[in-house]
This record gives sequence, structure tokens and C-alpha cells, in this order.
Amino acid sequence: MIGFVGRKVAAMLGTVLVASFVIYGALYLAPGDPASLLAGGHEMSPAALAAIRAQYHLDDPFLVQYWQWLSGVLTGHLGDSLVFREPVAHLIGARLLNTVLLVAYASLLILGVGVGSGIVAAVGGRIADTAVTVTTTVLMAAPAFVAAIVLIWIFATKLSWFPVYGSGTGFGDRIHHLTLPAVALSAGYLAYLSRITRAEVRAELGSDHVVAARARGVRRAAILRRHVLRNAAAPVLAVSGITVAGLFAGTAIAEQAFGVSGLGSLLVQSAARQDLVVVQVIALLLVAAFVLVNMLVDVVNAILDPRLLRAREVG
Amino acid sequence: MTAFLEFDHLRVDVPTPMGPRPVLRSVNLAIAAGEAVGLVGESGSGKSLTARSVLGLLPGGATIAGAVRFRGTDIGTLDAAGLRRLRSREVAMVFQDPRATVNPVRTIGDFLTEVLRERGMSRSAALALAGGILADIGVDDVPRRLKQRPYELSGGLLQRVVIAAALAGEPALILADEPTTALDVTTQEEVVAILDEQRRQRGTALLFISHDLELATAVCDRIAVMYAGEIVEILPAKSLHEEARHPYTKALLRARPGSVPPGERLQIVPGTPQSGIEAPPGCVFADRCPVVEADCRTTVPLLVGGVACHLEVP
Amino acid sequence: MTLALAAPLRLPARRLAALGWASSLAGLICALVVLIAVFAPWIAPHDPNAVDPLNAYAPLSAAHPLGTDDLGRDLLSRLILGSRTSLAGPLVVIVLSGATGTALAVSAAWIGGWFDAAVSRVLDILFAFPGLVLAITVAALFGAGFLAPVVALSLAYVPIIARVMRAAALRERSLPYVEALRVQGFSGWHICRRHLLPNLAPLLVVQAAISFGYAMIDLASISFLGLGLQPPAADWGLMIANGQPSILAGFPQQSIAAAVAVVITVVAFTVVAERMAAR
Repeated sequence: MIGFVGRKVAAMLGTVLVASFVIYGALYLAPGDPASLLAGGHEMSPAALAAIRAQYHLDDPFLVQYWQWLSGVLTGHLGDSLVFREPVAHLIGARLLNTVLLVAYASLLILGVGVGSGIVAAVGGRIADTAVTVTTTVLMAAPAFVAAIVLIWIFATKLSWFPVYGSGTGFGDRIHHLTLPAVALSAGYLAYLSRITRAEVRAELGSDHVVAARARGVRRAAILRRHVLRNAAAPVLAVSGITVAGLFAGTAIAEQAFGVSGLGSLLVQSAARQDLVVVQVIALLLVAAFVLVNMLVDVVNAILDPRLLRAREVG
Repeated sequence: MTAFLEFDHLRVDVPTPMGPRPVLRSVNLAIAAGEAVGLVGESGSGKSLTARSVLGLLPGGATIAGAVRFRGTDIGTLDAAGLRRLRSREVAMVFQDPRATVNPVRTIGDFLTEVLRERGMSRSAALALAGGILADIGVDDVPRRLKQRPYELSGGLLQRVVIAAALAGEPALILADEPTTALDVTTQEEVVAILDEQRRQRGTALLFISHDLELATAVCDRIAVMYAGEIVEILPAKSLHEEARHPYTKALLRARPGSVPPGERLQIVPGTPQSGIEAPPGCVFADRCPVVEADCRTTVPLLVGGVACHLEVP
Repeated sequence: MTLALAAPLRLPARRLAALGWASSLAGLICALVVLIAVFAPWIAPHDPNAVDPLNAYAPLSAAHPLGTDDLGRDLLSRLILGSRTSLAGPLVVIVLSGATGTALAVSAAWIGGWFDAAVSRVLDILFAFPGLVLAITVAALFGAGFLAPVVALSLAYVPIIARVMRAAALRERSLPYVEALRVQGFSGWHICRRHLLPNLAPLLVVQAAISFGYAMIDLASISFLGLGLQPPAADWGLMIANGQPSILAGFPQQSIAAAVAVVITVVAFTVVAERMAAR
């Protein structure tokens, strides 16, 4: 087990390292002079360009530059945005909390409502099943930006329960502001997870070992908990992990649509203004978060279903 | 006197696109306390369903007519709590494939003690009891086994665990549904020997389901031959060869390896096996019977004197 | 065994029939959308870019069945013209990623050894980039527009297609007929081109068809974020974003109409793809 986790962590670090190399190296794939690219395409005087070249070590060999950048990122020295005229660390620090809250909120919705409704659909009888199936069919067809538009339409002109713009201040107000973005972000994933949960629980309910447990006179509640839900947990968790990891990228849409000031909207705004200093750091952060969540899911999954662990160790 | 276990004109219909159709037509069989009865027949004859009906484990939408009575109680009248009591204390079942019937993600110890603990036994007492039974039936290294998970055990060993779990509840009856079919040949005999030995020691009755006549005769007192949802013949295991009267039983006996001299061609039962759904309306075996008569196709023969065949009516 | 016997009889025939009906409708919608895209300039009742400020936010009428936008442009015409880029983008994505992914997968499966290991590692790294993040990053480097997000997404879809194709190619490679062809002295190139690829083609088509819907959503998302096509282009994702301020003013038609177009098209293409996969 420890060896397994160790190998997973090593693989994750390796992936993030290579990703950082790719992200930094991409600067040289782009057309034009890196210095003017970093300047965000502004017209700069030769002196200013030279200052940029010096600041970002652009005249050093590529690997030295990369190392300077990477060690800067690792120690929190992220450089300055030439577009916002602010240190990147400030820009990110001011927005990180909103994005983390948004992802956490959406994850809770997905795990709570998605998994919960899937279980209800599987064991709650025909009417509950039909209601959940119809709802999830509609939601699954709604990408985040469509869900966002519909929510804005409803809550801006018909109901005014939730604000449709801005991030709010203080915890309660932030949560209030993040409700619609979280719903828009999670709707499609939530429906998908509900479907997966329903299918997995159904499959377990009909499995031979559950029939055998019934034949042994085990109580219905105990069968549901110890055999059905416990066994369905591993595949459901695997899918939830992938969706939660995907949420980090999705924050760009939800934050942009609802005017939430977070990493996703910062990434979009920086990309639109070609502020590469900021884009590189956020892209790396999002990739790292994505890989990290995927790794955590792998590990938890191996704990929940030890057969996987063995299969991977053998294979 | 009420029988220990009695199938009384048991009929089970399952829903099909053409409406309900019988999978069991009319099963009549009585088993005495401590007796071992073998239920033998081809695939689809309804053997498993017969055994499952004792526990009230019927497929969804199935309707039941007639009755299964255990110690005088009609299983069909039991409520959920009564069924659970029956399943956990009085009747145990051993299924065909231990790989499929033991929850793959829980430990062997969890599996063995689950029912005992629901009865209120402490974890350590339940583990001690289960471990004792495992040791009794020749499983070595018991403490380690209890911590292992199903995928770490061989099929034969896992089936012993299943049998130990069945024995742990001290049931009065064990239903064994082809308990060795999924195992390889060398472990089959060991597993059957354990089952036989343990149930004799404990005086437990046994309903042993098999498509293997030889195996059933080895462990059972009586053999009930089933075809297409009906029991067509019941006879003592010892005198199976001499006393077989039903054409189907005779055909089955001829179809076994060892029934013909070496070098001669093995006989098969002509035609394909039928289920209760497909069998003809009169005698269920009429379509495949070598000595069929006009009467067989129209009238259902009754199980009289141990055989259900028009040609055997005295 | 009795349960196994009863199971196939309980398959609900009505559900199968309903599925057939839905997939026919989906197929019809797909054909219709493609036809609209091909003949867009001839179908559109108005010039999609004709600005008429005096007629902004016009309600639904016979002349403007979906009304007009904030600049007085006919929404139906813009929706019809928008189908072109909205379909062309995902099409390029699946062609590029399908070709690259299959080439990588088949050569990795065929050559094996260190090459296979290297390809698998590269795919793993590529997998670490969510499609949207990759597309946004590329748009930052090369500037917003049609091409940059499309190329970035193609790259992001390569590992998805390559993994499936590699597994299939490995399975196919181990079949006896491949060995038989080798014994007969055919080159690996010949066997791959004439036997392996044709046998893998149906799987590739299904994979590509399923990816089409996802690519469409991703590209529309990028347009919505303002990193795809730029105004005044008529593109569904862009229309949704541009219509957003008007929603607050009480004119939701533009965003809603474009959103409905995206959803219907994605669902129709996905249903058809799933149907192909089931076969």
C-alpha cells in the first residue's frame, strides 16, 4: 500500500514537472519575440523590452530560464503581471478563495445531490426512479454555459433569490453569490453522477452476493449499507473524482458568466489580453489540481477496492 | 405428523411477454429431518428455483401457487421478519459459485460473522466460533484467512468458507445449489466430503442440487429427478439403477460415463432440455420420450408410488 | 439458471421501440442541421451582419421570427449562419485528433517496446491538461480566433481517442490472421494499412462521433469565453455570450436561441453516436 501511494505521488510529481516544462516552453512556440509576448503585446520601447529580458532571464539558455521560472513558482515568486501591473501572487491570492469555495460548493452538490438522487432512483421505487431519470436526462444535456444562461434568465428577471453577478464579501455572502455559479458548474456532472450511481447500485442490488446475503437473512438496511453501497462506492468515487477534477477547468466558465472574481475568470481575462506571465502560472495550478485530485481518487479507490491494488501491482 | 420440509403442489409462474408462464409446474416432495435428498436434472428444469422457494427467494414478479412448508409453516405466509429469521437461523444455502456469492470487497471474517453479529453475538465470540468451524473442516492458518479477502483464496477454499458460514448458523436444513460445479475436479470431492461429513455429524437435513447423478447418489439418501418444472421420479439413492422406472431417469442413467462398457458409444438423452415454459401440456417429457403414447400428450401423469408416468401406473 | 432463463424474457420491448423512434428523430435533426449549415447563405432570410440600430431588440415577428439583437441584426439569420462555424470546429477537431490518435495508437501497438512506453507516457502527460485549460492557454499564446482553440482541442482529444484505439489495435494484432499474414511475408506497413486499419475503422468512427458532441460543447465554451471567433462573426457560443447583457434588459432571445441550438445539436449527434456504438 505504501509503495503504491509512493509510486502514485512520484508519477504525479513527474507529470506536473513535465507539464510545467511544456507550459513554460510553449512561450517559445508562439510567434514573435518572447519579451514582447510577456509584455502582453503592448508596444514597448527598446529599453523597456530590455528590462523585461533581464527580469525574466530571457537572454540565458532555455533550461536556465525554465529553472529560474520554476524555482520562482515553487518559492512563491511568481513575477509581475505587465497587464494588471500587479504581482501575480497578489492577483492569485485575492481570487484563490473564491475559486476554492466554488469548487468545494459544486463538489458538495455533485456528491450530495448527484449520489443521493442516484441511490434514491435505484432503491426508491418506480416514481422516484422516473422523476430522477427525467430530471437527469434534461440536466445532462446542459453544458455549464447553457445552465448559466438559463439560471441568469430565471434569477435576474423572474426570481430574485440569488444574485446573478459578483463574488460577495464575507463567508455567508460569498456562498450566497456562489450558489448559481456552483449550480451551473455542477448541473451536467451532477446528472451524470446520478446516472452512474443508479446504474452501479442497480448492478450491485442484482448481484449474486447480494442475493446470497438475502438468503442468509441479513437485514435489508445492512445489505444496502454493507454490500450494495459499500461495493458501489469504488466505481462511483472513481467517476466523482474525475468530475471534481474537471471542475477546476470549468470554473473559467462559471466565474466568467456570473462575474465571480476567481482564478478561472482571471485565466480567461489574462488569456484575452495575452498576459502570459499570469496564464502560465494559473494553467500550471489548474493542471496540478487536476492531477492531484486524480491521484487522490486512485489512492482512495485502492483502499475501497483492494482488488484494484493487486491488479495494478501485478500488472 | 407434519413433514420437516414439504413441497405441496408448488407452482411458480414468471412474467413473460406472452403473460405468466410456469417455471415450476407441480413440485411434490417431502424431506424428513436429518435426511439428505438429491435434486437432479438438466439445466432449466427448475432445481435452483425449487431450492430458492424454500427461502422465499423468487424472481421479481413471480406468482406462487401451492405451498412450501417448513416445519408446518407455509413460507408464503411469512412476513419480512419471519423470512429473515428462517433464512438466518433455520435454513442455510450454499450457492454454486463462491466467487460470485461472497462480497468481494469485505474480509472472510466479515462474511463469516455477519449473521452471527446481527443476532447480537460479540465480534470476538463470532470470530472464535467461525474460526473453530473453519479449523474443523480442515482450513489451515485460520487467523490469517479471517483477515484475507475473497480474491486471495482459491475457489475450493472459498467454497469451504461458504459452507462454514452456512454451518455457523446451526441450521436444521442446508440447501446446496450445485456447490461444486464452479470448482475444479480435484477440489470437488473434498468439498462434497466436507459437506457430507459435517451435516451427518450435526444431523442437518440437506437438499443437494446437482446435474451429476453420481455425485448426488454418493451423498444423498434419496434422489428426486426433476424435468421441466416437475419431479418425475423419487427413489432411494442406493437402488437408483435397479429401481429406476421413469423413461427420463433411465435415459439419464444411460447418459453417464461408466454406464456403458469401455469403447462403446455413450448414449445421450435425445432432444434438447426443456424448461417448464416450453414443455408440452401433458406429460412434460412427452416430446423426448422414446416410449411416448397418445395419452401422454394430453393427460398430466400424477406422482404415484415414486414415479410420474402413465406407463408405470399399476 | 432459472433466473438466467427468465431474464431475457423480461426485456421491455416498448423501451427498445422508444429508443428506435428517438434515434430516428436524432438522425433527422443531424441531417437538417448539416443541410442548414451547407446552404446557410441561401436559407437565411436577412444578411446576418446588417446592422439596423433603429430596429434593435425587435420582438418576434413575421419579418424577424426570432427578433433582432442589440444592433438590430436578424437573430434567425445569425443562428443559421452560426451553424457553419459551430459544426466546422468540432469536425476539424475530430478529424485531426482521430487521425493523430489512430496513427499514434496503431504504431505504438505495432512497434511495441520502448516506443509504446514513450507514446503512453506522452499521452499521460497530455491527459493532465483539461481540454479547456489547454485551449485557453493556446489562445493566450496565439491569440483568439477559430484556429488556435481548434488545434488545442484536437491535441487535448488525442489521448482520449488514442487510448481506445491502442487497446483495440493490441487486441487486433494478437489475432491469428495477423500472424498468418506475417508468415506469408507481408510487411508491417502493408498489414497495418490493408488489414488492421480497416478493421479498426468502425470503432474509430464511433469514437469520433461521440467526441463530436463534446468538442462542440468545448468549442462553444471557448467562444462563450470570448477566446474563439471574434465579433461580428455569427457563432452560437459567441451569440450566447453577447446576448447575456440583454437578458438583464429583458431580451433573452439571443442567448436562449443559441443555447437551444447548441443543446439540440449536441444531443442529436450524441444519440446517433450512441446508437452507432450499440450496434
